[in-house]
Amino acid sequence: MIVMRAISSLLLVWLATPLPSEAAEIAPDQRRSGSTFMAPETRAMQDDDTSNPGMLWVLDGQALWKAKRHPSEKSCTDCHGDISAMRGISAKYPAFDELLKRPVDLEQRINLCRTRHQDEAPLADESRELLALTALIGRQSRGRPIEAGSDPRLASFVAKGRDLFMRRQGQLNLACSNCHDDNWDRQLAGSSITQAHPTGYPIYRLEWQGLGSLKRRLRNCMIGVRAQPYASDAPEIVELQLYLATRAGGMTIETPAVRP
Amino acid sequence: MAAALINVPATAKRGDIIEIKALMSHVMETGYRHTETGEVIPRNIITSFTCHYNSVEVFRADLFPASSANPFISFFTTATESGTFEFKWIGDRGFQETASANIIVS
Repeated sequence: MIVMRAISSLLLVWLATPLPSEAAEIAPDQRRSGSTFMAPETRAMQDDDTSNPGMLWVLDGQALWKAKRHPSEKSCTDCHGDISAMRGISAKYPAFDELLKRPVDLEQRINLCRTRHQDEAPLADESRELLALTALIGRQSRGRPIEAGSDPRLASFVAKGRDLFMRRQGQLNLACSNCHDDNWDRQLAGSSITQAHPTGYPIYRLEWQGLGSLKRRLRNCMIGVRAQPYASDAPEIVELQLYLATRAGGMTIETPAVRP
Repeated sequence: MAAALINVPATAKRGDIIEIKALMSHVMETGYRHTETGEVIPRNIITSFTCHYNSVEVFRADLFPASSANPFISFFTTATESGTFEFKWIGDRGFQETASANIIVS
């Protein structure tokens, strides 16, 4: 009888405890970069600029930064000067665009620069050239803290991004938060789930055998939960990137990072 | 856009064992993959890598379709005299790239 009562009271306690899927957001001092989940070999690969394959894109980016664009005969250097002037810039992205009245990510900003100031067609998403310029600009902010989302005009977009992060979606009916807030310390098919802080994009992902943007990574996750991925120019994907950046606010930028 | 990243110590003592690292930008397409319409993507890999130290070959490697994209090769050699390391990558479709780095041996 006593045993029965003990079991039923235990059951009551268990029922009253929130399920793991209802767990809270990660406390700021508990946040960890994806690189802390990696094998020491992969971390060593990232930390040495002569073994980090992402640096090959940075090298390409340096040539593109100085290249004159044909119709306008203007290079990036003509307006922005030496690439070192871009230190700290990528830390602020996605950032508010005055003309579009909405946030744009760094790739979109580069393409806006091309269409507005260089009379050039935008570069294709995930193209080597666009990734090279993004990696080069991102590299200038390595070691700096992420600062995106401090602009008050972005507040409503951050909130929308947060809703998307918390919303269940896809055939598997999973929200981003179900894995990355609630189960980040566990494994999925032998791989670490991690906390999903965008500290090193664009990343050289060993699985991809190449460099890829945060948008590509987000599409991967969405396909994983069998949801319809957002188009690369959809406002939702920028809002989600913006929320992720504010969620990782203050964490150190590692661009170009290496991930398994 | 081919690019190489080379890491050779700038200085060394005579007789030191030094590590050389070479990273080359290349897709290393295996030749075993197909497009969405079923056509084979032709093989496009680096087949050979060599390193000469003052014109003496100190390292050679043959590469095959199982090598990763952007192959990273690291090896050790003994620092004998000041001079130049010359690296050469040869591959399919007439791919040929060279790079060099200097070392001062005291």
